[in-house]
Amino acid sequence: MTDPVLSARGLVKRYGRVTALDRCDFDLMPGEILAVIGDNGAGKSTLIKAISGAVIPDAGEIRLEGRPVRFASPIEARQAGIETVYQTLAMSPALSIADNMFMGRELRCSGIMGTLFRRLDRRAMEAFAREKLNDLGLMTIQNIAQPVETLSGGQRQGVAVARAAAFGSRLIILDEPTAALGVKESRRVLDLILDVRARGLPIILISHNMPHVFEVADRIHIHRLGRRLCTIRPADHSMSDAVAFMTGARTPPDVMEAA
Amino acid sequence: MSSQAEPTEDFEGIAARAPNRHAAFQPHRKGAMGRAHDLLHATPALVPMIVLIAAVAVFGLVLGGKFFSPFALTLILQQVQIVGVLAAAQSLIVLTAGIDLSVGATAVFCSVIMGKLVFDVGLPAPLAVLAGLIAGTAIGGLNGWLVSRVRLPPFIVTLGMWQIVLAATYLSSGNETIRAQDIEATAPFLQFLGGKLQLGGATLTFGVILMLLLVLVLAYALRSTAWGRHVYAVGDDPEAAALAGVDVHRTLMSVYLLVGLICALAGWVMIGRFGSVSPSATTGVIGNIQSITAVVIGGISLFGGRGSILGAFFGALIVGVFELGLRMAGANPQWTFLLIGALIIGAVAVDQWIRKVSA
Repeated sequence: MTDPVLSARGLVKRYGRVTALDRCDFDLMPGEILAVIGDNGAGKSTLIKAISGAVIPDAGEIRLEGRPVRFASPIEARQAGIETVYQTLAMSPALSIADNMFMGRELRCSGIMGTLFRRLDRRAMEAFAREKLNDLGLMTIQNIAQPVETLSGGQRQGVAVARAAAFGSRLIILDEPTAALGVKESRRVLDLILDVRARGLPIILISHNMPHVFEVADRIHIHRLGRRLCTIRPADHSMSDAVAFMTGARTPPDVMEAA
Repeated sequence: MSSQAEPTEDFEGIAARAPNRHAAFQPHRKGAMGRAHDLLHATPALVPMIVLIAAVAVFGLVLGGKFFSPFALTLILQQVQIVGVLAAAQSLIVLTAGIDLSVGATAVFCSVIMGKLVFDVGLPAPLAVLAGLIAGTAIGGLNGWLVSRVRLPPFIVTLGMWQIVLAATYLSSGNETIRAQDIEATAPFLQFLGGKLQLGGATLTFGVILMLLLVLVLAYALRSTAWGRHVYAVGDDPEAAALAGVDVHRTLMSVYLLVGLICALAGWVMIGRFGSVSPSATTGVIGNIQSITAVVIGGISLFGGRGSILGAFFGALIVGVFELGLRMAGANPQWTFLLIGALIIGAVAVDQWIRKVSA
């Protein structure tokens, strides 16, 4: 068996008396889409935040490609190649698509214009943004300089996924990417997710939408009471099985897989 | 939720049947109104520029050569130089979705510090100016720290700071004015920005040139540097900016420190303009409102993240054109306030329209 891209062992996070993560394990394999499902309050968002650097776990170990890592902030996780698409998308509506894609990692002109006048290399940034959107089939953009707020919800999600895919070298985390979208837009975003996987980038997908999870996921991590209850393959189980495991209505048949 | 057991295969079947097309960006909303909306959305300084050109044209037509002369037009620049510099500072704060009520008071305080250090302490004038600039930057830094770290609303912080700084100005100076003749005799450097350049009938002071340079440099920095993009992003949505990798605290601190420095520069401009140092200069009381007026007429959104500093500069000029034009026309000065009031409301109405975007 191949080694996981990202693994976590025994993660613990407490908020006062509440234990959000209770010796939680986690594994993401290369090139897969791993869905994370769980009831509200099961601790899945704390788990994801621990991986993306937004929360520092009290105990436990996270390994990225075998090497132990400790992220103090989302920026550190990003520098390690972990990109997160937040549910809120983390975009500035009034700024352009290119500005948003490069927010916090802008390119400067070479030479004295860049070093002394700190001028942004807008042409390079726009060309890069256009290329990345083209790669993902978001190609009929007329104007890369148009503000993000003029885009529809699905288009914004597309730009956010493109940003993550462009800069994420190790893995991408998608938090409820279809929660705010209509049927047609969800469809397009799911296609986009499959496209990103086809490039070999592993994806962690957090979603409440069972049909979406069962459609795109290679494996499903079911989170319950602060820890991984089990990992299932969508082909082996029905959606109602997954919901039953997740809510505790049924106990999963032992531990399905070691990983 | 899903009570009936749907086999997985059905969903993959649907996926196969779905059109093999991804999210596409379709053209939308054409037509004259839509295009005008797009244009204003992209260049928000356009409205105040049109109003400014129209105002100059109307006064030029009505008043003729008296108004439309290099002398009168550069006189407007001289009359708006203090408000123009304060408006540049105010623009930065408003772009971060804040508001600064202390800009005028800080300017007066810094001008008093510059004067006091020369006349009471005996410091050389350039050092006194430097000390004034440092004092302004420190006030800005304190505002910024209270807003960014203590997380107090900018309105409250600067409302308090306005009173504190104004009181400190009176307390430290005993409300004594330093006369222009004394400054001219002892420390002419304090009045340096009042120095004049004659170009034909046009008169430019160094203060006016400073204002123009300041606006141009800030316009460049806001538009073409990462720092400028971060200022917009923080004003637009601070949480989104932080998640996208912007250091929100650093950005806010840099803005407030810079604003403090610009306010101190405005204080130096004041000495050049009036010749004297007066703790009871009206700028301390109404400078904030004048700068906010210029910013709002200039089309900068009070909700942050939208607008350009050029717009605020045009806003300051519009006020100057109205004031001088109406005075030359012999109108009651109250007409100026009436028209400015209407412009403020009109400008915010336009801003609301611009912000409305159809998805």
